[in-house]
Amino acid sequence: MNKPYPIIGLEVHVQLKTKTKAFCRCENKYGGIPNTRVCPVCMGMPGMLPVLNIEVVSDALLAGKALNSNISRITKFDRKNYTYPDLPKGYQISQYDKPICLGGHINIEDESGNIKKINITRLHIEEDAGKLIHLEDGTNNSYVDYNRCGTPLLEVVSEPDIRSPEEAVKYLKNLKEIFEYIEISDCNMEEGSLRCDANISMIIPLDDGSEVNTPIVEVKNINSFSNIKKALEYEMIRQVEDFKKTGITNNGKNKMTYGYDDSKGITVFQRSKEGESDYRYFPEPDLPHLEISDEMLSDASKRLPELPDLKRKRLESQYGITSYDALTLSADKRMADYFEECCKTASNYKKAANFILTDICSILNNENITISSFKVKPEDIGELVNLLTDNTISSWIAKEVFEKMINTGKKPSQIVEEEGLSQVNNDEELIKIVDKVLSENPKSVEDFKNGKSNALKFLMGQVMKLSKGKANPVKTTEMLTERLK
Amino acid sequence: MNKKITYAEFQSNIKNTGSGYKNFYSNLLNEIKKNDEEINAFITINENMASDGEISDNFIKNSEDRPLEGMPISIKDNIAVSDIKMTCASKILENFIPPYNASVIDKLKNAGAVITGKTNMDEFAMGSTTETSFFGKTKNPVNNNYVPGGSSGGAAASVAAGFSVAALGSDTGGSVRQPASFCGVVGYKPTYGLVSRYGLTAFGSSLDQIGTISNNCRDAALVTSIICGVDSKDSTTVDITPENFTNFKSLDISGKKFAVITESLSEHTDSEVKRVITSKIEQIRQKGGIIEYVSIPELEYSVSIYYIIAPAEASSNLSRYDGIRFGLQTEKKPDTDVASLITKTRSEGFGEEVKRRIITGNFVLSSGYYDAYYKKAQKARIILSDKFKQIFNSFDYIITPTSPVLPFKSGETINDPLKLYTADLCTIPVNLAGLPAVSIPAGFSECGLPVGMQIIAPPFKDGELLGTGEFIMSEVK
Repeated sequence: MNKPYPIIGLEVHVQLKTKTKAFCRCENKYGGIPNTRVCPVCMGMPGMLPVLNIEVVSDALLAGKALNSNISRITKFDRKNYTYPDLPKGYQISQYDKPICLGGHINIEDESGNIKKINITRLHIEEDAGKLIHLEDGTNNSYVDYNRCGTPLLEVVSEPDIRSPEEAVKYLKNLKEIFEYIEISDCNMEEGSLRCDANISMIIPLDDGSEVNTPIVEVKNINSFSNIKKALEYEMIRQVEDFKKTGITNNGKNKMTYGYDDSKGITVFQRSKEGESDYRYFPEPDLPHLEISDEMLSDASKRLPELPDLKRKRLESQYGITSYDALTLSADKRMADYFEECCKTASNYKKAANFILTDICSILNNENITISSFKVKPEDIGELVNLLTDNTISSWIAKEVFEKMINTGKKPSQIVEEEGLSQVNNDEELIKIVDKVLSENPKSVEDFKNGKSNALKFLMGQVMKLSKGKANPVKTTEMLTERLK
Repeated sequence: MNKKITYAEFQSNIKNTGSGYKNFYSNLLNEIKKNDEEINAFITINENMASDGEISDNFIKNSEDRPLEGMPISIKDNIAVSDIKMTCASKILENFIPPYNASVIDKLKNAGAVITGKTNMDEFAMGSTTETSFFGKTKNPVNNNYVPGGSSGGAAASVAAGFSVAALGSDTGGSVRQPASFCGVVGYKPTYGLVSRYGLTAFGSSLDQIGTISNNCRDAALVTSIICGVDSKDSTTVDITPENFTNFKSLDISGKKFAVITESLSEHTDSEVKRVITSKIEQIRQKGGIIEYVSIPELEYSVSIYYIIAPAEASSNLSRYDGIRFGLQTEKKPDTDVASLITKTRSEGFGEEVKRRIITGNFVLSSGYYDAYYKKAQKARIILSDKFKQIFNSFDYIITPTSPVLPFKSGETINDPLKLYTADLCTIPVNLAGLPAVSIPAGFSECGLPVGMQIIAPPFKDGELLGTGEFIMSEVK
C-alpha cells in the first residue's frame, strides 16, 4: 500500500419506535407541540424514578439477534453524568460496562460482489435528551423542548474495520435496512431517528517504508448519508495535510472532536480530549440488574424475520428474477412480501416483478406512499399479470385495467369482461382491421415503401385506435409487415 | 394535644369529647400556629386541616372508618404532597409546588389520615441537626436549647411537641432514628425496598427509605402497614408484607437473643449514653432476654464508607436543580451562556453542607479516583453488611445506642462537620445493609436529655422488630 488510507469506526444511535418512552409512560412520537409529551419523570422533577419499558429490551434483543451479537444474560444500567439544558436529570441513563449485547457483525458487499465483515463492538440501551431550539427571533434566547427526552435509543458501535467512505455508507445502509426489516425504528436521518458519528484516523505510509497513524478524530453532526461520505472524504484529506504540517501522530490520548459543517462542506475543530466531559459513570441505583430469561431470548428469535441479504438470494433463486430486481424488491420488506403474495396467483414471476417495479412503483412515487398504503390486493395484480401473460389483454390495455382497478377496486377479470377489453387475438378479425387501416391510409403505405419506417408506427397507432386498443400488438406488427411487403 | 399521644389514645379522646375531627383540627391549627413560632417544626402548616378533618367525620358517621381515620400526621418536606410547597428546606426549591403525590401520600390519604403540614429538615436531608435548613432551625421540644437532631428534626419535633400523632420522615444514614432519639420518641426505618420512594426527593438512592416517627411501636407498624408495598413506580420496591404488621402484637422478649455491638459502647461513647443503654440492656436481661456482646471491628469504617457512597449518589441526584424547568433561577443578570445561568443558580440556591457533599460526590466518582474511592467503598459496604447479616445467624436482634453522643446544643456542631459525621456511627451501617431498625426511648441523661436505644433486625422482620420494641417500651422498665 503506498497511499494513505483511513481507519474508520461508526457509532450509530437509533431511536426505537416503542409506544412509550424508555423510562416513563409518555407517548413516544416524533414532533408535537413542544413540552406536551412530557411528565414529571422525564422532566426530572424531585422524587421521580425511572421504570424500564420492557419493550425496549425486547427490541434490543431482536437487534442483537439480527446483528449476530452475543446477548448478555445479565445486564444493567448506569448513569452518565453531565450538565446540559436538554438533559433534565443532569445525567443520562445508559449502559456502561455490562451492555445488553457484545460483538456481532454486518456484511457489506464491494462492486465485485465480495463480502466484507464489519465487526460490531457492542449494542446498548440509553435514553435520548431533549432538543435545543435557537430561534432567530432577535432575542438571544434559546429554548428547550423535552418531548424527545426519554425516547429509547439503541447505540451500535462498530469496530474500526471500515476502510473507505464508500464502505461507511454501505455499512450504514445495511444497518438501516436491517433495523427497518425488524421494524424497531423508522431509521430516518432527517427526523433524527438514525444518527451517526464517525471515528476516523489515517494510516500514512512514509518514504522509509514505515507507517504512521494520525490522531483519531470523532466527527459529529452528520445528518445525511451523502454528508457521511463528504465529511469522511474531507477528513481524509485534512488529516493528511495536518500531518504534513505538524507531524503529530496518534499517542492514544490525543483524540479530538470535529463537527461537520454542512453549509461549507468542511469539518471544524470543537474540542480536544482534555475538553471532554468526565462522565463519572456509576451503576444506576434506581434500576435493579436485568436478567434476560430464556423466554425473552426465544421471543426474540421468533420475532426475527428473514433478513435482507438472505431474502434477496432466495427471491432470485426461488422466483428466477434478476438480482437487480431482487435487490429493488427487497429494499422494502413489505414490497418483497407483496411480490411473493402476488406470485401465489401469477404464473410468470418475472412479469409480476416487472409490473410491481414499474407500474406500481410509479404510482407509489407519484403519491408519495409506500406499498403498505397501496389499496390493490396482490392477488388481483397476480390475476392481471396472468391476463397479460396469456394474451387476453395487451400491455396497453393492461394499463387501463390497472387504473380502473385502483379507482373501482374491482378485479381485473371483471373489468375486462364488463368493458369488453379482451385483446383481439383472432387472426380473421385482426386482418380485417389491418386491411381497413391500410386502405384508409394510402399515403402512409406509400411512405413506408419509400423507406420511412415511422409510417409503420403510425399505422400501428391507427390499428390500435380502430380496435380501441385491443389489437394484439405482436400479431398486428407481423400482419402489417407482411401486407406491406 | 397532650404530648406523647398514641393513635389509640387519640381516637379514644376524640370519641370521649364527642366534638368530632373538624373541631379538633380547628383547635389543633390554632395550637400549632401559636406554639410552632418557638419550635419551628413546620415549614408549611396545612391551613385546610379542619375541612380535611370534616371528611373523617363523615366517614365515621357512615361507619366507614378507614385504618388511619383522622390521624394527624406530619410529612417531612422532601416528600411530595400535591399542590403544597415542597422545599426540601432549600432556597433552590423555596417556591416549588409538585403536581404529584408521593405514593405513600396517596396511601395515607386513602386510609383517612390528615396531613398537618410539611416539616422542617436539614437541607436536602443532609445533616444531623436540622440547622442547615434555609427556613431556620427547629428547637428540641424536650429542651429548647438543644437541637432536635436531623435530618428529620421537624418531624420528630412535631410528634414530641404534640402537633401530630405520627410523622413521616426519610432515613438515609439515621435521619429518622437519630432525631427520634434526640426528642425522646420512636423512630423506625423499614427494610430497604419495603416502602416506595416515588415522590421522595432522592438523596442517596441506594440508602434512602421513608420511615415513621411516633410515640409507640404499634403506631409505627400501623402507619407502615398502610404505606408499604410494591409500587410499579419504584423498581426497588419488593412485594413482601412483614409478619406482625397486620394484627400487630407486642412480642415477649423472653428467650430472644440480643447482640450488643461492643464498638458502639466504646470510650468514644458519651458516658451518660452508656449508662442509660447498659441499664436498659440489664432490664432486658432481667425480663428474659439473652444478651451477648459481639465485636464488629469493621464498624469503624462505616462512616467513611457512607460518606463516599451517599455524597456520590447525591451529587448525581442533585444535578437536576439547574434553574431551567422549576425552582430557583438566578435573578442576577447572567452572562449569555447557559453554564453561567446554571452555576449562579446553584451557587445561590444551595447551602454549604449541600455544596460540600456535591463536591465530595463528584470527586469520588471522577476518573482517576472512582476505583480508589467509590468502587472500594461499595466493596467495603458489602463486607460490612455481610458482617451484620451474619450476626443474625446466631441472634434475633442487634442493639446499639442510636447515637453515641447526647443531643447537641444548638449551634454546637455547625463549624465541625466531621464531628457530626462520626456521630452517625451506629445508624449508618443499617442503611448500608438495608436492614430495618427502630430507635426507642431508653431513658434520660442526668441533665434530662433523651437517650434512644436502637434495635436492628434481619431484612423484612420489621413486624417482629416493632413487636419487640413495643414490648420493651411497655414491659421492660
